[in-house]
Amino acid sequence: MEGVRRHTLVVLVEDRPGVMNRVMSLFRQRGFNVDSIAVGHSEQPGLSRMTLVVQGDDRTVEQVTKQLYKLLEVIKVTDVTGENLIQRELALVKVAANERTRGDIMRLVSEVYRARIVDAAPDTLVIEVTGPSEKIDSLITLIRPYGIKEVARTGCVAIERGSGSVAVRVEDAVA
Amino acid sequence: MVVQTNETETDRRAEPTPAARPSNGARVLCRALQREGVRVIFGYPGGAVIPLYDVLPEFDIHHVLVRHEQGAAHAADGYARATGRPGVCLATSGPGATNLVTGIATAMLDSIPLVAITGQVPQAVIGTDAFQEIDITGITLPITKHNFVVRRVADIGPTIQQAFHLATTGRPGPVLVDVPKDVLLAEGELAPPEPVQLLGYRPTIVPHRRQIRRAAEVLRAAQRPLILAGHGILISGATEELVRFAERTQIPVGLTLLGIGGFPGSHPLCLGMVGMHGFAHANRAIHEADVIVGIGMRFDDRVTGRVSEFAPRAQIIHIDIDPAEIGKNVETAVPVVGDAREALLALLDELEPLRHDDWLAQIASWRKRPASGPVAPTGELAPQYVVERLHALTEGRAIVTTDVGQHQMWAAQFYTCDIPHQWITSGGLGTMGFGVPAAMGVALGRPDAEVWAVVGDGGVQMTMFEFGTIVQERAPVHIAIINNGYLGMVRQWQELFHNRNYSETPISSPDYMLIAQAYGIPGRRVTRPEEVDDAIRWARSIDGPTLLEFVVNQEENVYPMIPSGGSIRDMIEEEA
Repeated sequence: MEGVRRHTLVVLVEDRPGVMNRVMSLFRQRGFNVDSIAVGHSEQPGLSRMTLVVQGDDRTVEQVTKQLYKLLEVIKVTDVTGENLIQRELALVKVAANERTRGDIMRLVSEVYRARIVDAAPDTLVIEVTGPSEKIDSLITLIRPYGIKEVARTGCVAIERGSGSVAVRVEDAVA
Repeated sequence: MVVQTNETETDRRAEPTPAARPSNGARVLCRALQREGVRVIFGYPGGAVIPLYDVLPEFDIHHVLVRHEQGAAHAADGYARATGRPGVCLATSGPGATNLVTGIATAMLDSIPLVAITGQVPQAVIGTDAFQEIDITGITLPITKHNFVVRRVADIGPTIQQAFHLATTGRPGPVLVDVPKDVLLAEGELAPPEPVQLLGYRPTIVPHRRQIRRAAEVLRAAQRPLILAGHGILISGATEELVRFAERTQIPVGLTLLGIGGFPGSHPLCLGMVGMHGFAHANRAIHEADVIVGIGMRFDDRVTGRVSEFAPRAQIIHIDIDPAEIGKNVETAVPVVGDAREALLALLDELEPLRHDDWLAQIASWRKRPASGPVAPTGELAPQYVVERLHALTEGRAIVTTDVGQHQMWAAQFYTCDIPHQWITSGGLGTMGFGVPAAMGVALGRPDAEVWAVVGDGGVQMTMFEFGTIVQERAPVHIAIINNGYLGMVRQWQELFHNRNYSETPISSPDYMLIAQAYGIPGRRVTRPEEVDDAIRWARSIDGPTLLEFVVNQEENVYPMIPSGGSIRDMIEEEA
């Protein structure tokens, strides 16, 4: 579709039971596509920070944003898509490895991807890798021929470079 | 409706005095409701809410015992639409709660301030699939503006306050409050009210001045402007401002189905309903307009038809309190977020008188009402004629509720409404079975008004058990069944688009006169045009509920019609 691209949205929500459910229900109901979602505490007590990676044209993303704002617990939605973004995802990858392949895999992931081996067993290795989602995709593609057993990914989190901030102060929001 | 006050009963209730009994969650809930001004509740008892029913008689709140919880939700909805005050319904946990769902969804799609209170199993057994346990907050997530589970007595007061605040402010909508039984039973007192502070909820009421100026500029330059007025006019009470605005700027007004009554239907600038079954001249005006001002409406598909061919020459100014509606369905040149009345007042400040004589003359030349007459081509009674006579004999002053389908469209076309809140219909969800219970709610909220439920033979059979409630309440609802022996609107689509394949649309009816008799409702059956006036007069002379059955032409169609997904070029104006 024309104009469809990947958008990264940072959503600050009140940390209350059922908030995730409301957000995901909204996406399901309105047919918005979500590539990944990552949630954790923010710098503000009582506020969680969600990082959503969604596919859509600008109009769809605008609609996503407006619909999110209709949820009571949603405090702020910021589309941080752009050059100025630091994006990171963490993945744990369990890959088949034997005496013959182990050395190759270890060299590849440590030299090219600066990934770490966090577990070694006679027939598997567990790789820990951090970076932009594309980097993780690329690592997985590269080691797939060795036989991937499991992949666990956190989903992307993101923050803007420089002094700009999406943060809100709860007191400001109330005022 | 006056609550019966019987001296001896009052005395009996007064002992022991409510004050002397320890306060519990149930009493706190009732007090919290009273504090919100609640006078009528539509509900149905059950295990989880027995503690609430135990204390309800202590309070000056009139409880209407419905026959099915769907009726409670629709009645509360009708009450809200007719009075402008929030409607309240109450159900027990499990099936009681799920029976509310259609009513809550109806209120959601039409932005109705509804507060639904549901009982829940005790917190100790939540999550165990206990008897009559259901996750009603999960179920109603997408059909409420917000919902709550109350976990402590201390939270009841603030939650009820928030629920009413949310239901009635901004874009109104239904709010559900789920209360576990142990919370109703726990001891506690109602804390004094505190200002409602919701971090993520601050609707924009007053529109941005710059946007108003931009809208005014666009309107000044317009040659063929048109207002499309929706439900937001009624919700914000902006009828007077809209009339002043339209008159000053000489801009004609088309109405959405839910906008009916928001601008006087007989006003010379009123074009009547637009959209799928809107008047041809109104839809032509949309097609030719160079500027369209949508106010408190959402460019629903029943209004626009095929979006790519909707209003092809028009720049759109869209005024709505819900920013998510702006740009959702149509491209907007000037977005204005705010309350309809505030926006109109601001526009009145900006705009000097304008004239559009040629444009108005052009529209007048297209003006033609859909055909109506007492007799259908087959010689039978025409449904449109029934509605026309009802309009004439009630002098257009009745509050009319409807179900959904052909009769609804005929009522919208032929019962011209000049008064706000006299037209009560399920628009967004299109809920059959709405008319009768909604009329019941209207009668309870507006005892001064004459109330007519114009319903079809399909819809009435979905909720006619509420006749029992109407009789028990002595609610003076006149029920007019337009009986054509079909699920008429679907039959019409089958006729026009599915080769007359009348699959499962012929529907039988019981003998409505016997039904009426069984409930103790005076009833009459009308089969000929010359009987219509007399029957309506007779019903109006009766102080209490009545039932009229109009046996009408079976295969009458609603025209004009723009087929679903079509444009004005596809409009069918009348019978081929």
